[in-house]
Amino acid sequence: MSLKTAPTPQTQTTQVSAKRTRKRSLGIDKRPGFLTYGLLIAFFLGGAYPLWWSFVTGSASTGAFAGPLPPIFPGEAFLSNVAEVFSTIDFWAALGNSIAVSGVITISVVGFSTLAGYSFAKLRFRGKQGLLVFVIATLAVPTQLGIIPLFMMMKEFGWTGSIGAIMVPTLVTAFGVFFMRQYLVDVIPDELIEAARVDGASMIKTFWHVGVPAARPAMAILGLFTFMTAWTDYMWPLLVSPQNPTLQVALSQLQSAKYVDHTIVMAGAVMATIPLLLLFVLAGKQLVSGIMAGAVKG
Amino acid sequence: MTSTISPPSGPAQQNGRRDPESPGGRGTGPVTRPRREWRSKLGALDVKASPYLYIAPFFILFALVGLFPLVYTFVVSINDWDLLSGAGEWVGLQNYAIELKDPYFWNSLFNTFSIFMLSAIPQLIAATFIAAILDQNLRGKTFWRMGVLLPYVVTPVAVTLIFSSAFDEKYGLINNLLQMLNLDAIGWKSEVFPSHIAIASMVNWRWTGYNALILLAAMQAVPRDLHESASLDGAGSFRRFFSITLPSIRPTMIFVIITATVGGLQIFTEPKLFNPSSSTLGGPNREYQTTVLYLWDLAFNRGDFGKASAVAWLLFIIIIGVGLINFFISRSIASAGATSPGKTARAARRAANKNIQRSGHSPAAHDSKEHRR
Repeated sequence: MSLKTAPTPQTQTTQVSAKRTRKRSLGIDKRPGFLTYGLLIAFFLGGAYPLWWSFVTGSASTGAFAGPLPPIFPGEAFLSNVAEVFSTIDFWAALGNSIAVSGVITISVVGFSTLAGYSFAKLRFRGKQGLLVFVIATLAVPTQLGIIPLFMMMKEFGWTGSIGAIMVPTLVTAFGVFFMRQYLVDVIPDELIEAARVDGASMIKTFWHVGVPAARPAMAILGLFTFMTAWTDYMWPLLVSPQNPTLQVALSQLQSAKYVDHTIVMAGAVMATIPLLLLFVLAGKQLVSGIMAGAVKG
Repeated sequence: MTSTISPPSGPAQQNGRRDPESPGGRGTGPVTRPRREWRSKLGALDVKASPYLYIAPFFILFALVGLFPLVYTFVVSINDWDLLSGAGEWVGLQNYAIELKDPYFWNSLFNTFSIFMLSAIPQLIAATFIAAILDQNLRGKTFWRMGVLLPYVVTPVAVTLIFSSAFDEKYGLINNLLQMLNLDAIGWKSEVFPSHIAIASMVNWRWTGYNALILLAAMQAVPRDLHESASLDGAGSFRRFFSITLPSIRPTMIFVIITATVGGLQIFTEPKLFNPSSSTLGGPNREYQTTVLYLWDLAFNRGDFGKASAVAWLLFIIIIGVGLINFFISRSIASAGATSPGKTARAARRAANKNIQRSGHSPAAHDSKEHRR
């Protein structure tokens, strides 16, 4: 293949200019055509339609379901459906629980992961390699399967029914430690730490004044994803605290109470999706770059 | 040596505190020595202990709530353990033997794998396709990237409620559509294969965009000059996709596959909430009862902790096993497939270098800026 285009010495200059034009015409960086945007719009609609449909259904009065197809535009009954949701489940308490659970888990995971990740990335100590391999190995271990003893423990301590019991199993994650380690290992120059040490900073001060500021972008990403994961978790909160539910558990209770009445269930699904949609509007860019950064690192 | 190098004692000297030894400075002064030694010992302890102190919270908590429960599951599994009466007799591996003969266990495994395959394979193909479309010089990149990620912010519970309603056999959107087209309604919640498709579609809807972004990141890490020289060699965009892009993103694909395996084999929320009117978990005749759902039913509805723990360990072994198989298969595919595309890539790179050398001026500096868009 390369023979075809290999330039002869005489045609050097023409080759260069030819290369330029060809680069444009062969189109590495050419703006894509309508087909591409058409496909993207199709994907976008496919992603958004179920949400829209849930809103349309959630705003319909029960009678609107008589037709062969649900209406395309929202009805007027959304507020009354939402009122029905509020009278069936304690939405605000569940929302509060979800915020508390996800908030505490996020702070704990980010804090401990940064500390451990910094240690793995930048400090010297005996057994570091082995311990790091251990952390990486546990990334693939489905710890979720330990729910039976975990449940027994929570019962033994009398914690069932409290949001504390929901938080406990995910206060640290191996992924968090690995993620922070991968980030910090490149981002902090060793000289910076040495300089701080020579200036007389203790280890913890060095961590606080050198490690944490450098880690901030990764901490934000890790925090965002930890929050999402904690917020969407369903199995463990359902098991350990159905009487004091998180939003996801409350939503599933709404379903089992009202499964014959789709409009109410859909109104509840919409209400429960709003908080994360807000997060998406505010931090969608960070979510995108977080996923893409995690992929390259991981 | 240690007393002068150890950082904590450093500033004390610099601050001009009276130090009789400071010109020679090797710490032999009888007055300052105990104090400095104490400081340096503290400093050394700080240096030695801190790394362990920083990783300790993670390891202690992880051991307590991650590893211990997993190991203790095995202890429970070799006892006749009951939810109400607690630890019973030691029964050895009997629980495992019983479960391995239980058709419901095998049924749950079949369902889990069927749903997993129906979600993993189409999802990977679709995600690669979407990533390739996003990996162009688009206008409004961030907007489109956010667009494909939208379903990810809908929680699995909400996704299941929405899809469960859409797949309703009598009044659901999808059967209504089918009937409008004069097709037969499908028993989405009462037949094995349709229910698996319905559940897999939930997983696919939520995760395809997410995985597309991961693959997109990998595609963007492919050096631009590789594409450029291949295109100089006359390779069209399809040829470049199959000869350059795909081989380059294989490691990321392995990562995506393994993550999808660990998550997919533990699927719970979707089948749990798919049909709230079914009295049996996972469908009237366990059409879509996955293994974790079966485990849940054994443990918390029937109170048989011993057998449920055995199921947990069997699933644990299966997940690790499948993960390893995935890893080795994809690695051997990668190394086997690497010969031809690798050669193309190398040839392309060589050609590119040649061009640079011949043409005298180097486009490399210009090109390298374009590596990442």
